[in-house]
Amino acid sequence: MNWEVVIGLEVHLQLATQSKIFSGSSTRFGAEPNTQASAVDLAMPGMLPVLNEQAVRYAVLFGLGIGAEIGQRSVFDRKNYFYPDLPKGYQISQFEQPIVGKGSFTVTLSDGTTKTIGITRAHLEEDAGKSLHDAIPGASGIDLNRAGTPLLEIVSEPDIRSAEEAVAYLKALHTLVTYLGISDGDMSQGSMRCDINLSLRRRGVSEFGTRTEIKNVNSFRFVERAIHSEIERQSDILEDGGVIIQETRLYDAERDETRSMRSKEVANDYRYFPDPDLLPVVLSDETIEAIRATLPELPEAKRERFKKQYGLGDYDAKALCDSQAMANYFEETANAGGDAKLAANWMLSELAAQLNAHNIDLGQAPVSAQQLGQLIIRIKDNTLSSKMAKQVFDALWQGEGEVDAIIDQRGLKQVSDSGALEGLVNEVVAANPDQVAQYQAADEGKQKKLLGFFVGQIMKASKGQANPKLVNELLNKALK
Amino acid sequence: MSVTTSQLSEVATLARLQLEAEQAEPVTNAINQILSLVDQLHALDLHAIAPMAHPRDEIQRLRADVVTETNQREPFQAVAPAAEDGLYVVPPVIE
Amino acid sequence: MTASIRSLAADLRQGKTSAVELTQEYLQRIAQFDDQLNSYITLAPDRALTQAQAADERIANGDASLLCGIPIAHKDLFCTRNLATTCASKMLANFVSPYNATVVERIDASGAVTLGKTNLDEFAMGSSNENSFFGVVKNPWDLNCVPGGSSGGSAAAVAAELCVAATGTDTGGSIRQPAAFCGITGLKPTYGRVSRLGMVAYASSLDQGGVMAKSADDCAILLEAMAGFDPKDSTSSDHATTHYSEQLNESIAGLRIGIPRQYFNEQLDPKMTALLQTALVELEKLGAQLIDIDLQQTALAIPAYYIIAPAEASTNLSRYDGVRYGYRCENPTDLQDLYVRSRSEAFGEEVQRRILVGTYSLSSGYYDAYYGQAQRARRLIAEDFAKAFSQVDIIASPTTPGPAFGLDSKTQDPVAMYLEDIYTLAVNLAGLPGLSMPAGFYDHRPVGLQLIGNHFDEATLLRTAHQFQQTTDWHIRRPSLISGGKA
Repeated sequence: MNWEVVIGLEVHLQLATQSKIFSGSSTRFGAEPNTQASAVDLAMPGMLPVLNEQAVRYAVLFGLGIGAEIGQRSVFDRKNYFYPDLPKGYQISQFEQPIVGKGSFTVTLSDGTTKTIGITRAHLEEDAGKSLHDAIPGASGIDLNRAGTPLLEIVSEPDIRSAEEAVAYLKALHTLVTYLGISDGDMSQGSMRCDINLSLRRRGVSEFGTRTEIKNVNSFRFVERAIHSEIERQSDILEDGGVIIQETRLYDAERDETRSMRSKEVANDYRYFPDPDLLPVVLSDETIEAIRATLPELPEAKRERFKKQYGLGDYDAKALCDSQAMANYFEETANAGGDAKLAANWMLSELAAQLNAHNIDLGQAPVSAQQLGQLIIRIKDNTLSSKMAKQVFDALWQGEGEVDAIIDQRGLKQVSDSGALEGLVNEVVAANPDQVAQYQAADEGKQKKLLGFFVGQIMKASKGQANPKLVNELLNKALK
Repeated sequence: MSVTTSQLSEVATLARLQLEAEQAEPVTNAINQILSLVDQLHALDLHAIAPMAHPRDEIQRLRADVVTETNQREPFQAVAPAAEDGLYVVPPVIE
Repeated sequence: MTASIRSLAADLRQGKTSAVELTQEYLQRIAQFDDQLNSYITLAPDRALTQAQAADERIANGDASLLCGIPIAHKDLFCTRNLATTCASKMLANFVSPYNATVVERIDASGAVTLGKTNLDEFAMGSSNENSFFGVVKNPWDLNCVPGGSSGGSAAAVAAELCVAATGTDTGGSIRQPAAFCGITGLKPTYGRVSRLGMVAYASSLDQGGVMAKSADDCAILLEAMAGFDPKDSTSSDHATTHYSEQLNESIAGLRIGIPRQYFNEQLDPKMTALLQTALVELEKLGAQLIDIDLQQTALAIPAYYIIAPAEASTNLSRYDGVRYGYRCENPTDLQDLYVRSRSEAFGEEVQRRILVGTYSLSSGYYDAYYGQAQRARRLIAEDFAKAFSQVDIIASPTTPGPAFGLDSKTQDPVAMYLEDIYTLAVNLAGLPGLSMPAGFYDHRPVGLQLIGNHFDEATLLRTAHQFQQTTDWHIRRPSLISGGKA
């Protein structure tokens, strides 16, 4: 293809405040329509906005998290347009003086290379309500519960060059904001929505082509598919010598295509101006430093620390740092069990497989980090073979109790008493003279294979409870 | 500066007001009179002056993040021209 | 009936009358005179009598404030729970607010009795009270003249003694100009002194609720009940309030009063100049010192105001869309039709004109030339006042260019109407407190002297007016309409 893709993303992030950005209504998701819409949210006559402190703090945390400039004086503006889900006839947003200025963000791509994406700005604004089209025949119903929910709009530079980069950026952003605790990042509830600005240009050309904006895409998968389908649409037009019309489009997931938004027939002129009901937000150095002091360890720093402190490889460190919950679980398990590598292995294999199979989050896992740590202790002190440990893990998952109790109940104790095992070894050696002779005649390579036969016999005789390591040692001695 | 009738009709569209054909002329004239009243501002060079959005240079106070509002759908929708099943009713919204 | 709050409060405590009797008396007066004035949009007799009964109990129990049991009225721009709040607009003709404005809440708490809601220019846009869906208000001093606006109903009701005191709002002179035209005292406090919550917005950065009554003393008592910080209004100030009514008796000897040359110039009607000079001499006799000052940016006030106010209004009024409350057109064909017809059918001519001007001045390509420029001019005006207040304590000026003008004499000429506010607008742009007090009669019509104070210095304005009212009687003169010819 001759075309280079140029993408900039605008992410609308719902902030995890209890109350709305300008009113004391709850932001809880899923309530009955209009039961969380106060007089302020409904734009009743005479109502006035008062800014939520937590929304400001969260925006600043984000800015500090990406090392951006913090707007020490930011201003709320009115963005004027008529729409039924916008009760005031304007959205309170930030235009010329946003709370977060320029910053940047580095993401790791699947081939291991990194890419730095510029952040133009991030600003606070209020969410709109919802228009429901199926509830009332022949009409639309307006639910304003969501109206006034705080949003942080994060605007990237047009630095993104592929769908893969876009998704990597969004995932990294998602990880960051959940680390910061400023958003639940729950895309199924619309906590993170994305507008995609996309244009194509001939390779080697420095000017941007005409872009389209794809509105409100709400999953990583749809972002990827929307980008692919829009690239295809635009390149088809350009290949045929056509021109791209600058417009707003919607991604239709069912048809896997973008289409023009017809409802924007009235050209908008948003008439931004400073909202006279709100005063400038001024943040002192002390306030910003106090917020900085609450910054948690961020994903990148944590990955590096995990590698250094726990001796983990790149892959494990990255996988364990995907979410803060995962990283915390890991550290707790590693500390409880006294073996970081075993902790990482168990989490990324058994635990991950179970979570996947049951389609649940780590937070809902029935096995606690302390329990997994205890299991690791029992592996390390030779009480459990790895095979037994898997049984115990399954029992833990079923909620059958604590590790030691399960071991007792199931009689799973590994026999590591060399006196008892010696007797068994001697019996098996005595009972199989032919194999002993074969073994003694064989070269080193074959010996290893034959050893397996004896181990198998001993494990069978011990009902699987013999410590395999010890059995090996004793056998080696007995067969010499 | 002055405004033409066709410009004013675009402005009316933005403001969701109807500008009837027979009013267009007199309304345009009245608005141009008002604009001429403010025209003297254009002659001034005020670039060095910072715009003043509020009568007192104060800063925004912040509210604690606490839910203080309870459900008042019933009294609020009692004054609504059209509400059904807890929703405000409008002609179909096409996207 | 020229009763002050203090004298009525004394009568109530001495049992000479009761709040219920007083309320009935005022309701009767309203029935007798308001057909001619149209100062009220909505009366609330049952509610008032219930409040009066409660007031009588509080007075009997000895835990009542001065305002307890005093019949007052609210400009119908303040939201009142269970009582219509129309803003004199067809848009809200049937709107009953589910909540009280903070001002209403506070005055209710003082025990005052609310007789009803007074008429105004639609959404407070106007200077004559001729832009009301509920009809024109007439001036009690001359039924052929306007009472001024936009708080014309409150001014006329106070002047005709159809309430003891009333609330008003002032965006560009809407308390002071009708106070001057109706011969009463009116105070627009410092921006942020009185909560705007529940006061329906016209121009948010200029709007301020205030008080209207016969005397400065009455204004001080009512202001004390209303003023103060409201956490639900971001622009409300937490600057401490003072007991305005307790500082009135201090002398004004040595008070420096600035006389701006740009306000008393050749453009002012010579008869007005002469009347106001007499009032200034009176202040001098009380020991005040008159100092000529310059307010060089005065000429910028009209253009700055008539950009900023309509711009803010145009978006403040976007919420009236026929969806959640208010007027909705019949059988809208689609969403745009719902918006356009609901708004066009329910907003009056002046409101629509200001929405258009404001929308235009904010629109892309014009913003900086209009709105940006006006905000810069606004700073010059504010700095002009700040400089003046480094030399003087208060400033005195005409409230209006002349006395009340004839009904319908300016309705066809919006610009002429706008120029009526020439002396009052700058005060709102700078967020300063301004008071108008009766200062004489132009023929048979009252005129006002405006006193402008520094931020949060309402006390000095009220004290100056009170001292002036101790040696003059303009504020207790009564229109012949109610005095039966005896002025």
